[in-house]
Amino acid sequence: MAKKQDNGYLSAKESRRISKENRRITNQYEKARKRKNVPESEYLTQMKDPANAVEFENLHTYFFTDAGTVKSVDGVSFEVPIGKTVGVVGESGCGKSVTSLSLMQLLQRPQGQIVEGAIRLNLGDKAYDITKTPNSVMQTLRGNYISMIFQEPMTALNPVFRIGDQVDEVIELHDGAGKTKQDIKARTIELLEMVGIANSEGVYSMFPHELSGGMRQRVMIAMALACNPRIIIADEPTTALDVTIQAQVLDLLRNLKNRINSSIMFITHDLGVIAEMADYVVVMYAGRVIEKGTAEEIFAHPAHPYTIGLMASKPVVGKEVDKLYSIPGKVPNPINMPNYCYFKDRCEMCVEGCAGAYPEEISLSPTHKVSCYRYYDKQEGGDK
Amino acid sequence: MAGKTTTPDLTITNDFTPVTYDEQYILMVNALKKYFPIKGGLVSKTVGYVKAVDGVTFNLKRGTTMGLVGESGCGKTTTGRTILRLSGEKTGGQVLFNGQEVYDISPKEMRSLRTKMQIIFQDPFSSLSPRLPVGEIIGEAVREHNLVPKHEFNDYIDQVMDNCGLQPFHKDRYPHEFSGGQRQRICIARALALNPEFVVCDEPVSALDVSIQAQIINLLKELQEKYKLTYLFISHDLSVVEHISDSVGVMYLGNLVEYGETRDIFKNPLHPYTKALFSAIPVPDPTVRMNRIVLEGSIPSPANPPSGCKFHTRCANCMERCKHEAPVQREVEPGHYVVCHLYDQ
Repeated sequence: MAKKQDNGYLSAKESRRISKENRRITNQYEKARKRKNVPESEYLTQMKDPANAVEFENLHTYFFTDAGTVKSVDGVSFEVPIGKTVGVVGESGCGKSVTSLSLMQLLQRPQGQIVEGAIRLNLGDKAYDITKTPNSVMQTLRGNYISMIFQEPMTALNPVFRIGDQVDEVIELHDGAGKTKQDIKARTIELLEMVGIANSEGVYSMFPHELSGGMRQRVMIAMALACNPRIIIADEPTTALDVTIQAQVLDLLRNLKNRINSSIMFITHDLGVIAEMADYVVVMYAGRVIEKGTAEEIFAHPAHPYTIGLMASKPVVGKEVDKLYSIPGKVPNPINMPNYCYFKDRCEMCVEGCAGAYPEEISLSPTHKVSCYRYYDKQEGGDK
Repeated sequence: MAGKTTTPDLTITNDFTPVTYDEQYILMVNALKKYFPIKGGLVSKTVGYVKAVDGVTFNLKRGTTMGLVGESGCGKTTTGRTILRLSGEKTGGQVLFNGQEVYDISPKEMRSLRTKMQIIFQDPFSSLSPRLPVGEIIGEAVREHNLVPKHEFNDYIDQVMDNCGLQPFHKDRYPHEFSGGQRQRICIARALALNPEFVVCDEPVSALDVSIQAQIINLLKELQEKYKLTYLFISHDLSVVEHISDSVGVMYLGNLVEYGETRDIFKNPLHPYTKALFSAIPVPDPTVRMNRIVLEGSIPSPANPPSGCKFHTRCANCMERCKHEAPVQREVEPGHYVVCHLYDQ
């Protein structure tokens, strides 16, 4: 780990050394990624369970910064079954978005690199390991198989192009073989109608600034759905929207998911939205999955102290509490993570074992898993 | 939007019955209006008005919190700023603070009144000067208003910071060295350093994480008890508003459509818009499937609002009368006011 001076700042010499070392590491990754004519066998893989659309296994995504290595995602494993919605919850900076960006291969490179683990994507007849897939192949996967709805509809659309042109471009690039301009325009208008834009011909020739936030988010959803992807990553799609518009967008996403039978990976920090949308819930904290299970399990029997705290700290309409619970302390520094449970310093339910190494994943039921020492004697079957 | 151009009505009506001051209310807002002119043409002639606040009436009791909810663009923030005389002249109506019309006093008197009414802004990332150390941000106004003698100044700032959960050594740091929650604490400390009676909290927790939100809400409640503060709490997060407020006002397109005690409003919402708004709140319980009233379309432009009741274009209970005649505020239950034709006797 980086040596620190007494005042907490890095010396220029130290910083240079880290930066040089980082370049050496990232260059290796970049070189491997930029190779041409990689045989398919190298990134072809086998799904563990063919009913899954995506499997994350022991994913490590690091950012090599000049102040040290930030382990944004540090050993994340979960599955997204076909036709289901998986909600990923956590505070800002816990690695939710980085996990989804790893799946899309849209990490800020060269600093951000997947250093370990596998992301298996089910393409129907075969499966690819995203971590080994070269850039050229990724181009054909993005949009066609996986697509993403970004957080800020205000900044994700290009302000100098008309809405129609931006949606057309997606169709042309990914699904445009043998289609004329008219075909593509017809498809775009069909998509805009599908996401509930009434005046679709008019919106086709509008600029993003002429639309409201909810309408822009609809356009983003239309773009994401343009090529009937198998996986839709929704990265906080409703955070910037009002509750009434949020309700519209959530309804829309749910209906569309059923219509094209795809899976949704839903990233948010709003537990209410998760409860409404998700079949499975993954709770992340400081780059790790601390608890996962079906929505009923997580909301009815939250096991990890962090999940319990998170639920208690949110005021609920119709439930009166005098004082809200607030989790004490703050998230540990991502550059210098402790070697024990990351939540120990903020946890009010510590047991003796907590001083030991980071807790392993314990199964409370076939679907409900938690990383916490409190459940070491309660695990089902005792196979771990 | 619709493609046709109509000449908008440029006359401003300002008829209201003046209210008389009632001791128990710290703030009385009566038919408050704030229009922003739209300039157009070669000579920058006023061609229309954005009716941001269009007749808002409510009273606020001492030591209580009133929540103001509504969609973005409905005029919540403008209401808060107009009450504090922060956005130029009002267009019409009355704002009585402790019985004193805020817009009638001289700049000098206004200056001393400013210490009594403060605001906490929405975004703690852009409302703090990046060039001033925290101690200076908090203390600047205190020094300016000569609230404490010079030799007590440092102790006073330390004490204010301590009250808001900041450490004394934070004084010499700059805002960028703090996390979102701590910055919001600095904003709160800055407002409270002047020892105000009334604070407008403009979405103080929207930019924060859930666990940090809880800390800030608890802090605001603690400080209210300690200093007997009165809050106007502007937010679009209904669960937060329900938790912190004693009374709630629901705004739609510049109008206060419903207002009353928090319990009454949440147990028994009357206005169709309030009902739709409340049904849209996601409940963190997967077993609950709510009967959701989904509003069609989006909020109309405040520059060209619909005639009659402004909500009639999206209302499920729209009657013929709603399209022509604007409803007036009516007390349906004691202390529960609603602006809707459905409740006309």
